[in-house]
Amino acid sequence: MAHGQTAPGIVSGRLSSDEIAQNFSDLHPAYEPHEAAVAADRCYFCYDAPCQVACPTDIDIPMFIRQIQAGNPEGAAQTILNQNILGGMCARVCPTETLCEEACVRETAEGKPVEIGRLQRYATDTVMAAGIHPFERAAPTGKSVAVVGAGPAGLACAHRLAMLGHDVVIHEARGKSGGLNEFGIAAYKTTDNFAEAEVDWLLKIGGITIETGSALGQGITLDGLRESHDAVFLSIGLTGVNALRAAGEDKAGVRDAVEFIAELRQAGDLSALPVGRNVVVIGGGMTAVDAAVQSKLLGAENVTIAYRRDRDAMGASRFEQDLATSKGVKIMFNVQPVAVHGNGAAAEIELEYTSGSGGDLTGTGETVRLPADQVFKAIGQTLEGAPEGLALDGRKIAVTGPGRTSVAGIWAGGDCAAGGDDLTVTAVAEGRDAAMDIHASLSA
Amino acid sequence: MADLTTDFLGISSPNPFWLASAPPTDKEYNVRRAFEAGWGGVVWKTLGAEGPPVVNVNGPRYGAIYGADRRLLGLNNIELITDRPLETNLEEMARVKADYPDRALIASIMVPCEEAAWKTILPRVAETGADGIELNFGCPHGMSERGMGSAVGQVPEYIEMVTRWCKQYYDRPVIVKLTPNITDIRKPAVAAKNGGADAVSLINTINSITSVNLDTMSPEPSIDGKGSHGGYCGPAVKPIAMSMVSEIARNPETHGLPISGIGGITTWRDAAEFISLGCGNVQVCTAAMTYGFRIVEEMKTGLSQWMDEKGYRTINDFAGRAVPNVTDWQYLNLNYIAKAKIDQGQCIKCGRCYAACEDTSHQAISISDDRTFEVIDEECVACNLCVDVCPVEGCISMVEMQPGEVDPRTGAVVEAEYANWTTHPNNPMAKAAE
Ligand SMILES: Cc1cc2nc3c(=O)[nH]c(=O)nc-3n(C[C@H](O)[C@H](O)[C@H](O)COP(=O)(O)OP(=O)(O)OC[C@H]3O[C@@H](n4cnc5c(N)ncnc54)[C@H](O)[C@@H]3O)c2cc1C
Ligand SMILES: Cc1cc2nc3c(=O)[nH]c(=O)nc-3n(C[C@H](O)[C@H](O)[C@H](O)COP(=O)(O)O)c2cc1C
Ligand code: SF4
Ligand code: SF4
Ligand code: SF4
Repeated sequence: MAHGQTAPGIVSGRLSSDEIAQNFSDLHPAYEPHEAAVAADRCYFCYDAPCQVACPTDIDIPMFIRQIQAGNPEGAAQTILNQNILGGMCARVCPTETLCEEACVRETAEGKPVEIGRLQRYATDTVMAAGIHPFERAAPTGKSVAVVGAGPAGLACAHRLAMLGHDVVIHEARGKSGGLNEFGIAAYKTTDNFAEAEVDWLLKIGGITIETGSALGQGITLDGLRESHDAVFLSIGLTGVNALRAAGEDKAGVRDAVEFIAELRQAGDLSALPVGRNVVVIGGGMTAVDAAVQSKLLGAENVTIAYRRDRDAMGASRFEQDLATSKGVKIMFNVQPVAVHGNGAAAEIELEYTSGSGGDLTGTGETVRLPADQVFKAIGQTLEGAPEGLALDGRKIAVTGPGRTSVAGIWAGGDCAAGGDDLTVTAVAEGRDAAMDIHASLSA
Repeated sequence: MADLTTDFLGISSPNPFWLASAPPTDKEYNVRRAFEAGWGGVVWKTLGAEGPPVVNVNGPRYGAIYGADRRLLGLNNIELITDRPLETNLEEMARVKADYPDRALIASIMVPCEEAAWKTILPRVAETGADGIELNFGCPHGMSERGMGSAVGQVPEYIEMVTRWCKQYYDRPVIVKLTPNITDIRKPAVAAKNGGADAVSLINTINSITSVNLDTMSPEPSIDGKGSHGGYCGPAVKPIAMSMVSEIARNPETHGLPISGIGGITTWRDAAEFISLGCGNVQVCTAAMTYGFRIVEEMKTGLSQWMDEKGYRTINDFAGRAVPNVTDWQYLNLNYIAKAKIDQGQCIKCGRCYAACEDTSHQAISISDDRTFEVIDEECVACNLCVDVCPVEGCISMVEMQPGEVDPRTGAVVEAEYANWTTHPNNPMAKAAE
């Protein structure tokens, strides 16, 4: 039932299975050993390396690259994982172009950074493929910590605590752990079920129990967790979504991008996943780019990202923007949605041009209509279900230092906590640092 | 356009690039193709005495050292002299020489250290029309254990003796090829000259083990689990070869003795450097083995271009020009004072200079909060380490201080006059300045 790209409506099978498999292959394929050696040789082993300073988890980048160069990828992996237990995922999903690789002196010098992300993947893949988990648990401390949410922040926190000898119970609302690694990240960044394999590998440390389908606020309370455990770490991410506030938002064919992506990530057969012929994505962040690109890769004929500000303000990096346009996505700047038209189901979207910047963004009155049988809302996720009694900072949980909330004994990190970018690597750093602080307080 | 023609010992060749005695010159097929590719001359793969030829190992005979991207920096081999019958080689040499009269063809020879052996082979070599002979006193493996090659090259008396026989039984130029596996390269060169040699060529390969296989614990190249030291050559040996060449070129006893330079020559620049250190021509082996015969084209055009830029018309115009500038440490000018200077515009802020100077030199580079690296003149001894480790060529330079300026490190005024260690007050053996 190959529908082809021009079939109207939201249908599956726009491309053949082979084309889809090809489209969703690894964005940055793994290095062969010789490629890794050549890439590693480019590193200058900088003093107080700028790349390391730019890494939210502070990985000793020159050291791990040197270890690869000297034929010791296992040692390199250890260097990485010491700082970032999800170094394998971060190697795939970090926007290195705005982190370590942007800071690399060879980026400054020649516009061609050392490919730190791919080298990191080479090292971490080596140990994971060998089934090596290079950490051991310390003697049991008899303390136990509850972690809420099994995303990168929760997993990183749990691993560090388990390693230090504490028992950890993770409560995860969904049926599967991994957080957005499993349900959010673009499929072509984490192929071959890597997210799940990485969680399995991480759990080899021992001492971590994950209870899936167990949500805080649904049978479990914060007070209950505080009573049954010595400390609590909240890492519930941002599960709410912002509303579009445009007429016709409720028409069929309009949905949240994260929901579509989660469905895509869990789909056994991508050619069975329906997608529109004319897709419009509203937003300007990574989620918008991922929804747009993956729609295109599924076979949508026309995919447009409509962003209300200019290019420089866009949350998605220039690399992500270029990725989208290279796949055939069109990016429109300075337009905001005013209405979705259609008889029951979306057929067109009406966009209004904008001017101004920051808080002064205003519509110019000039509008344009695009055919749109599918509209994805990617205008930001929000904190939902934060337990009562915790001070907030803006729309997130307020924290000081390494994730201490306003309530003693409760820490928070990752997307749900204020401060830091909403990135996998930042979530890992915050989870790890909170774990160290929890450990210190439990050992005091 | 520069004239690359060389006249070495009366043997003329269209350019100074000869292929050294080694696999590239092993047989007629190779040598014809080398000449077609443009090589000026060849030293034929070393001939042995009449009779059953030597046999080579039947497993790997090369080992390697690599730089970035598997760039071959050093090669090591355990090959012997030709493993083909003498008669075959002689016939081929005669044919090739007849067809390429304008190219140099030299016979390399290694026979036992007995007068009769040399007396027998030399007339046969002469019959081929070869332009001269090269005595292989250098091969460090296999042949040396049979009392030939470097076993002879390490005993100056033998060199002199064999050279004398050759001059007696052969009437064309005799080149003595020296082994670097000796403490003082001047000794064998003097012996060769005393024996009547027309020239020396150097270096042959250096005793080496390139690597150890850490699984089998065998040196590489490994033959059935065992390895033997081999001969090292390629870009890695060039500095050693150039030093040895310069020692012979500036030694009063051998000064003026023609030298054929060998060892790591890979580009025109390497060749120009050897020639400036006193060589009349150069020989190449590893570079041809790594990239094939075509590289000679780069060597010829590069040398020619550079000579044009410098206004040198012939090879002789610059041959030996660097020799007077090679001196002993004690004669270096201690009043020459320089300071490292970092060009901030070129600096990419890698901090390698800082790490090097801070950890291993003189703590003379500062780092600021915004990663600006600057030389502290009060501490800099001008050692050049920062220049050598900086990844950006030309970013750090050595700036000479001018007479009259005060060196902030010592507080002393920079003197205009040359003064060396021999007259330095700290030297217990100092001679009073005249
Ligand atoms: C579409 C998309 C693409 C992205 N792409 C990238 C990328 O390429 N690179 C990058 O670095 N970052 C990317 N991000 C951001 C990144 O995924 C997040 O910053 C990161 O996952 C945050 O980790 P976390 O652990 O804080 O939260 P999450 O990963 O969101 O995990 C939170 C977990 O908590 C669970 N949970 C929520 N509420 C409860 C509750 N009440 N009880 C129990 N469990 C609960 C959730 O089910 C989830 O498993 C992307 C995000 C999205 C949405
Ligand atoms: C495989 C191999 C075999 C060699 N055989 C000989 C030989 O038979 N006779 C000889 O005089 N030198 C021999 N050499 C030494 C070369 O002629 C030359 O002196 C040496 O390799 C250094 O030059 P290069 O750095 O350009 O290779 C051999 C070198 C190699 C690599
Ligand atoms: S900045 Fe670049 S060159 Fe320097 S250590 Fe980091 S990766 Fe290597
Ligand atoms: S020349 Fe030597 S002492 Fe001077 S700054 Fe450089 S490394 Fe330091
Ligand atoms: S080594 Fe060179 S490029 Fe690097 S910081 Fe020093 S001067 Fe700058």
